[in-house]
Amino acid sequence: MAVTKLFGASVKRREDPRMITGRGSYTDDIHLAGTLSLAILRSPHAHARIRGIDVGRARGMPGVVAIYTGRDLQDKLAPVPCAWLPPNTDLKVPEYRAIAIDKARYVGDAVAAVVAEDRYAAQDAVDAIQVDYEVLPAIVEQEKATHDGAPQLYDSVPNNVAFHWVLNGGDVEGAFASADLVVSQTLLNQRLIPNAMEPRGAVASYNPGSGELTLWCTSQNPHIHRLLMSAVTGIPETRVRVISTDVGGGFGSKIPFYAGEMIASAISRDLGRPVKWTEDRRENYVATTHGRDHVDYVDVAARRDGTVTGLRVRTYANMGAYLSTAAPGVPTWLFGLILSGPYKIGAIGCEVFGVVTNTTPTDAYRGAGRPEATYILERMMDLVAGRLGMDPVDVRRKNFIPAGEFPYATPTGLLYDSGNYDGSLDRALEMVDYPGFRRRQEAARAQGRLLGIGFSTYVEVCGLAPSQAAGAMGFQGGLWESATVRVHPSGKVSVFTGSSPHGQGEETTFAQLVGDELGIPIDDVEIVHGDTGRIPFGMGTYGSRSVAVGGTALFKALGKVRDKASRLAAHLLEVSPDDIVFDQGRFHVKGAPDRVKTFPEVAGAAYLAWSMPPDMNPGLEETYFHDPSNNVFPFGTHVCEVEVDPETGKVAFQRYVAVDDVGRVINPMIVDGQVHGGIAQGLAQAVYEFAAYDDNGQLLSGSMMDYAVPDAAMLPTFEVERTETPTPVNPMGVKGAGETGTIASTPAVVNAIIDALSPYGIKHLDMPLTPERVWQAIQAREGR
Amino acid sequence: MYPAAFDYYRAASVDEAIKLLGQHPDAKLLAGGHSLLPLMKLRLAEPPALIDLARVPGLSGIKSSGDRIVIGATTTYHEVLTSDVIKSSLPMLAEAAAIVGDLQVRNRGTIGGSLAHADPASDMPAVILALDGQVKVVGPNGERTIGASDFFVDLFTTALQPGEVLTEVSIARPAAGTGMAYEKFAHPASGYAVVGVAAVAARDGSTVRVAITGAGPVAKRASAVEQALHGKQLAADAVKAASAHATDGMDLNGDIFASEQYRAHLAQVLTERALNRAVGNARG
Repeated sequence: MAVTKLFGASVKRREDPRMITGRGSYTDDIHLAGTLSLAILRSPHAHARIRGIDVGRARGMPGVVAIYTGRDLQDKLAPVPCAWLPPNTDLKVPEYRAIAIDKARYVGDAVAAVVAEDRYAAQDAVDAIQVDYEVLPAIVEQEKATHDGAPQLYDSVPNNVAFHWVLNGGDVEGAFASADLVVSQTLLNQRLIPNAMEPRGAVASYNPGSGELTLWCTSQNPHIHRLLMSAVTGIPETRVRVISTDVGGGFGSKIPFYAGEMIASAISRDLGRPVKWTEDRRENYVATTHGRDHVDYVDVAARRDGTVTGLRVRTYANMGAYLSTAAPGVPTWLFGLILSGPYKIGAIGCEVFGVVTNTTPTDAYRGAGRPEATYILERMMDLVAGRLGMDPVDVRRKNFIPAGEFPYATPTGLLYDSGNYDGSLDRALEMVDYPGFRRRQEAARAQGRLLGIGFSTYVEVCGLAPSQAAGAMGFQGGLWESATVRVHPSGKVSVFTGSSPHGQGEETTFAQLVGDELGIPIDDVEIVHGDTGRIPFGMGTYGSRSVAVGGTALFKALGKVRDKASRLAAHLLEVSPDDIVFDQGRFHVKGAPDRVKTFPEVAGAAYLAWSMPPDMNPGLEETYFHDPSNNVFPFGTHVCEVEVDPETGKVAFQRYVAVDDVGRVINPMIVDGQVHGGIAQGLAQAVYEFAAYDDNGQLLSGSMMDYAVPDAAMLPTFEVERTETPTPVNPMGVKGAGETGTIASTPAVVNAIIDALSPYGIKHLDMPLTPERVWQAIQAREGR
Repeated sequence: MYPAAFDYYRAASVDEAIKLLGQHPDAKLLAGGHSLLPLMKLRLAEPPALIDLARVPGLSGIKSSGDRIVIGATTTYHEVLTSDVIKSSLPMLAEAAAIVGDLQVRNRGTIGGSLAHADPASDMPAVILALDGQVKVVGPNGERTIGASDFFVDLFTTALQPGEVLTEVSIARPAAGTGMAYEKFAHPASGYAVVGVAAVAARDGSTVRVAITGAGPVAKRASAVEQALHGKQLAADAVKAASAHATDGMDLNGDIFASEQYRAHLAQVLTERALNRAVGNARG
């Protein structure tokens, strides 16, 4: 197919006008008559036995309709399920009740639920519930949690180790035995709080007459929510409809299936009235999953010339108090498989302890495992360079998988589709004028100023697939995607996609594909998503998969529509289908452009069905379920320049350059936006954001007054460019752009700051590199 | 996000506000609400009643009165930072007001509310202390004037007595030859001062006033710095040496973002920077 005008065009996002004028329809915008407000009493203790709950006074308060404890819902709801069960890991999935029954295991664990006529009355009643807690010792740090004598969350999870995952590729022992040098470093990848603009919420409406539960909720994958809701309530899937049309960001935190929507649904079913639950931000900080939180022990084996021959990683991953829906897959498969990065490393060994602690459960957070792996590689490349006195760029280049070696099989079992790593690095170096920077840096150092530059060359695995691999990894679902293209008699088109955009702009990019493939104006296309009552079963949006997987499903469904329309046009024009040319929405006879049927004419004819080919049924609607043959592998180079104030330790960003390769690009403006947001989030991990608990399990960074989500003034201007290396995995050659920014940026920023601090002999500092942490490090060196 | 129930009264005059405070001793006065309402929404404050001062006539505005500039209690940060009188006579006050909170806070938040609330990390207390301002309060027993140094007592605690309403702050026009500057190290999340230092100084040391917010439980004058420099030429090395005493005798705060030790260090660095800039700004 030739490139037509919409593919590659920066069409303005069609969803924006309604969203930025407050006319979106988010979960909290759903107002049903007779709705009750749900408020959840959450444990103030990280670890406590629940000896008794006195709801007497609360129950009698004005407006209160009902109060539920864990015991009240015990028989109405199965435990919160975990849906990623890595095999061969001695996995233990502890019982996770929507409302805790005997024990609360983190600050924020649900202990009781109140429904009342309004939200204020519900909150008053929550405050009036008396819980008799026996406070137990808490454990917050995952590595300590595995030690003998540490507080135990569950009898069934000895030493708090929920699973032990091991992956070995190549001769790891041999690589280290024959290494010229081994560079070792412990790396902390701190806990983060996702902070979607829209907090989570649910409106559950159970109709006792039809037995149908309609659930509006903040989901990145409404069919997964439907499947799991059916499983925990026993309501048949045919009687559960989940609607998540407008969702205000997710970053992975809206993949999981949570207690909140379960409680709302069970109570609605119990009372026969709609129930609404909307988190406030403070509740969001404890009740929505967190991300990252690794302790990584890393060894690199290398030769004196900078060739990295082996990588060994031992990780303690903090799972929080329970295993959230996809949580066990994040620090294992999504992390270990990509530990080769863009480098040809012969041997890679990785073992991961998934540890439960008295903290908010963790799960996927933008990048999910891949930022953790990339951080390890990119920090270690700098450390190897430092040890050998080499330039960090040279070490990277030395180890790159050459452009001629694709497809490339990593020792971890991935098959990289396509790449040109030198290409993006070359362009980035040109943009930053690397030799010029080093000269400026030297001159600045002579004046006592601390300039630094940091590189991150990365590979991402996204468009996760195929379903067979999902099964082998223990993911309890497929990794395909669906699309239905329904052409209406007027020639207007509705697309029903299983992708579930919540900020990614598919209402625009998918419409661009339709416009090109069917030759119709973009305004004639509607993209329907996020409603299980309307769309075919779909897997949702996460892992930068929507375009590569959902987009390909749509592309193939469009091809089927066009083929049928073409055959019908041939029939109507009384020629062979081989003699039809489709161009700009017109089917015409080869060599006779005036013998033509327009796309709307053919659509109308398909529904009139007055004259159809003998083997053709009426109508013009096609569905395609696409299961890709492989993942796709975006890559690129990010470069950050900083200046550190030696007096305060504060970092000022001087420049940020990103050269990404996400394959072919449908809408450059949307991809730029995704990259900008991703860089902001990854940069924030490097210097601003951190979730902090005290030893008793109290979340100290429990609000936006303490947890520093950056605003624009705290970020540099992003200079974003791209190279384009199409993937052979799908016909459009597209990869994914949702997570490259968070994956690449964190180590680029950290490496820049460490480079700036190198005159002090500082080789590594753990994130976040807050002013005080940087200042303390300088003090420690100066004091020597 | 859902405050407990409360009664709401709108005072038409300062006298009525004082009367209402007498009738509802646990009530809180409401000005811009940008400190109080978030606390109420989190149920960290559950006052039974609010007495709204927003529409009390004459409580807002900036005027010159002899050698003093008088700012009404319900004057917003926005009015302060855009006022020509403030910009020309008390530029540090405009400079600080411009970096309080965000646009919404600056449009609604008031200078009187900030002073009366005495948040340990807010900007205005340090600025008013360094400007040696005076606060006027009116209560059931009449009116009194309190110097800034006596006004800020402790964490969220001022010299305001029960039943009293802060009505205005007044500041003497600075003497010729003095300059002023406010240096703030903002918290990346809250925007509050981790440490903020306000300095008013003349190059010859005839005037040296330094006040620090954020470092401790309450904004305070850095008297050791002032004494070390008083009457001396404010050369860079003298300023540096004196700044080392920025937190002498001061209790210090520590939190997950900045330890006591780091706050003390920041106070020294910002004191030096504020003084040097103040001297650089000195006119006439």
